[in-house]
Amino acid sequence: MTRKQRRLTLIGGALVVLAIAAGLVLNALRDSIVFFSTPSMVAEKHIGPGRRFRLGGLVETGSLKRGDNLAVTFTVGDGGAELPVAYKGILPDLFREGQGVVAEGSLDASGVFRADTVLAKHDETYMPKDVADALKKQGHWKDDYGTKPTADAAPAPTQGAVR
Amino acid sequence: MIAESGHYALVLALGLALIQSTVPLLGARWRDAALMNVARSTALAQLLFVAASFAALVTLHVTSDFSVVNVYENSHSLKPLIYKITGVWGNHEGSMLLWVSILALFGGLVAAFGNNLPLSLRAHVLAVQAWIASAFYLFILITSNPFLRIANPPIEGRDLNPVLQDIGLAVHPPMLYLGYVGFSISFSFAVAALLEGRIDAAWARWVRPWTLMAWIFLTLGIAMGSYWAYYELGWGGWWFWDPVENASLMPWLAGTALLHSALVMEKRNALKVWTILLSILTFSLSLLGTFLVRSGVLTSVHAFATDPTRGVFILLILCVFIGGSLTLFVWRASALKQGGLFAPISREGALVLNNLFLTTACATVFIGTLYPLALEVLTGEKISVGAPFFNLTFAPLFVPLLIAVPFGPLLAWKRGDLLGAAQRLMAAGIAAFVVIAVVWAWTYGGATLAPIAIGLAVFVISGALCDLAERVGLFRVPLSISLRRARGLPRATWGTVFAHAGLGIALIGIVCETTWNSEYIGTMRPDDVARVAGYQLRLDGMTPRQGPNYREMVAQFTVSLDGQRISVMTPSKRNFTTRGSSTTEAALLSRGASQLYISLGDTAADGSIAVRIYHKPLVLLIWWGPVLMAFGGMLSLSDRRLRVGAPKPARAARALQAAE
Repeated sequence: MTRKQRRLTLIGGALVVLAIAAGLVLNALRDSIVFFSTPSMVAEKHIGPGRRFRLGGLVETGSLKRGDNLAVTFTVGDGGAELPVAYKGILPDLFREGQGVVAEGSLDASGVFRADTVLAKHDETYMPKDVADALKKQGHWKDDYGTKPTADAAPAPTQGAVR
Repeated sequence: MIAESGHYALVLALGLALIQSTVPLLGARWRDAALMNVARSTALAQLLFVAASFAALVTLHVTSDFSVVNVYENSHSLKPLIYKITGVWGNHEGSMLLWVSILALFGGLVAAFGNNLPLSLRAHVLAVQAWIASAFYLFILITSNPFLRIANPPIEGRDLNPVLQDIGLAVHPPMLYLGYVGFSISFSFAVAALLEGRIDAAWARWVRPWTLMAWIFLTLGIAMGSYWAYYELGWGGWWFWDPVENASLMPWLAGTALLHSALVMEKRNALKVWTILLSILTFSLSLLGTFLVRSGVLTSVHAFATDPTRGVFILLILCVFIGGSLTLFVWRASALKQGGLFAPISREGALVLNNLFLTTACATVFIGTLYPLALEVLTGEKISVGAPFFNLTFAPLFVPLLIAVPFGPLLAWKRGDLLGAAQRLMAAGIAAFVVIAVVWAWTYGGATLAPIAIGLAVFVISGALCDLAERVGLFRVPLSISLRRARGLPRATWGTVFAHAGLGIALIGIVCETTWNSEYIGTMRPDDVARVAGYQLRLDGMTPRQGPNYREMVAQFTVSLDGQRISVMTPSKRNFTTRGSSTTEAALLSRGASQLYISLGDTAADGSIAVRIYHKPLVLLIWWGPVLMAFGGMLSLSDRRLRVGAPKPARAARALQAAE
């Protein structure tokens, strides 16, 4: 093989791998991405049952009800609309009424959001970023929600409860 | 006084860095040895002043001087001493100070142990190092000064985020930073080579130990962080594909590629341009990681837009260094001479393949991490890219890489014999197929991919052992001769074997944990028994306890297997009064490489408590793998050929002259 042929082999191989990777990425971007929505956006967009998305908002005060065997229901609101959420499992440490929450799952036929994951990526002074942004956009932000971000030096991944 | 002197020392360090970033370059241009040597003394002095500054901040935290904002916001007088110290880097300002301290440490090490470097190369390297240092000193002094005072000092501090009050925090960030910042050395070497327009095998011999050292720390740092998240966050996950984690994974992938391409360059004087590019990319990804974590852009794009000083400053540093070095690369790379030729099937070819897959995998992580940010900035739409994305992209790219791993070391340099290598790997292949069959039969009807993945892992491990057996002539010559040969093998060879085997071991752990993890989630009252994976866990009772700065509820579980009492586990739920937040302290019980894991949920009014119990088979292998990889790296580092400051072998000296 000449130098040129060798180089062409290398470049050809590299292009093949890159093409495969690009294909994988595009495929994954189509199938595995989850959109974020607040209750008002759910009402606006008419998201159908069965479609997975992330629901963010504030846990309405007084809405948390515990059922048998770790089943819980609560209502998530964003000042404009509300959505009932059902979840079974242990809620994260930082889950509180009146505070921000992000839940992942889908709507069932009766319009209840069936969450299989509840995330609470914040401490007592900090809101989940998606929730804070959405609330600000809709004009329901109150300054006493606090904005101080957690300044973790270490990776502090989403704390959450996953079933 | 201490705060002011710390601040002052930092300003002096900036002054020294500015001198170090200009004078040695002039010296190199004028061929003035005295001016070039300025780099050495300023680098050492810089280390001294930054260390003094860091020591000042540690002192402030230890003595709980709440007149300093940083201490007030992140400390509490009742906090145990160890967390007072680790709390120094548990916040933005302190961790940036740690970052520059480590940068200065590496600069100091090059100055102290780089006596065998050509004078002008050392001057260039240290000057580039000082550019980075100056940028970050300015960043700290202008936007994140840890020594600011409060006008009316409060009596008590606000305490450190309870999740961070853990021994994991003591070790994880420094390790990670030693890795991140360590790559600055290979970056400086690369830029110095481009500035000088000269690069040879000896250059690779100097760069490789530094890269290896950074890689070892980064490997350990990532593993440590993963284990910390596993036991501290209380739900048993060990990798979340969180942007913060990806930020550390990307430099690791690029750094691993760099390690391998530097090998080609050292041995065969080939892939020069690529190695330079990788050095630049690796450190660029480290800088990107720093930007992602430190600018607040991940917390909220919105917050970034409203208070942009810090973010924009780091973004500026990022653009100047990445843009500048890449421009320099484009401009000067063609000046570097082409190196040795090799056939596609050869050791070099295998290492190129390794680089190709590692960098592509790195690129997919890059896209998965930055795509949501880019989309939010451009369209305002919020999406989350989580594990499913990476399982569909990262995992398929790693499979061919893992298949190729055992072949690499068995191929000859320049032109290899693939068939011969395959024959020598026959034993490994057979072992892999036997394992696939056994695991498949054992878990009949279960997951189909898992046995294959385990087979792949076994192939990687036994392939590494095959390579070793081949080198010592196991079973072909008497055992005593084999043993003698094994002792005589270069440590770097042993390093390769351990590092590659570590990869396989980690893979086994990952597959077993994700596939055969069993869990019990429910409410329990005292004397209730939960059954998980054959173990019986009885809740004996719950007792409250008072810690130094928290109150906790400790639950006691008796664990038994087939009626035989094994041990007692005590998970707890802590309540930190100052911040009003609680943490879950999981209880872990190791059985071999497997673990039982209990974490507590809320206590209900009727005295029952929500518990989560996992049995995680072979989960510890996930971290033993990286530890083994790091051990391999250390062995390789201790190889005589690479020892920092080791006398130059004659061959390297010749290579040097050839390049003149």
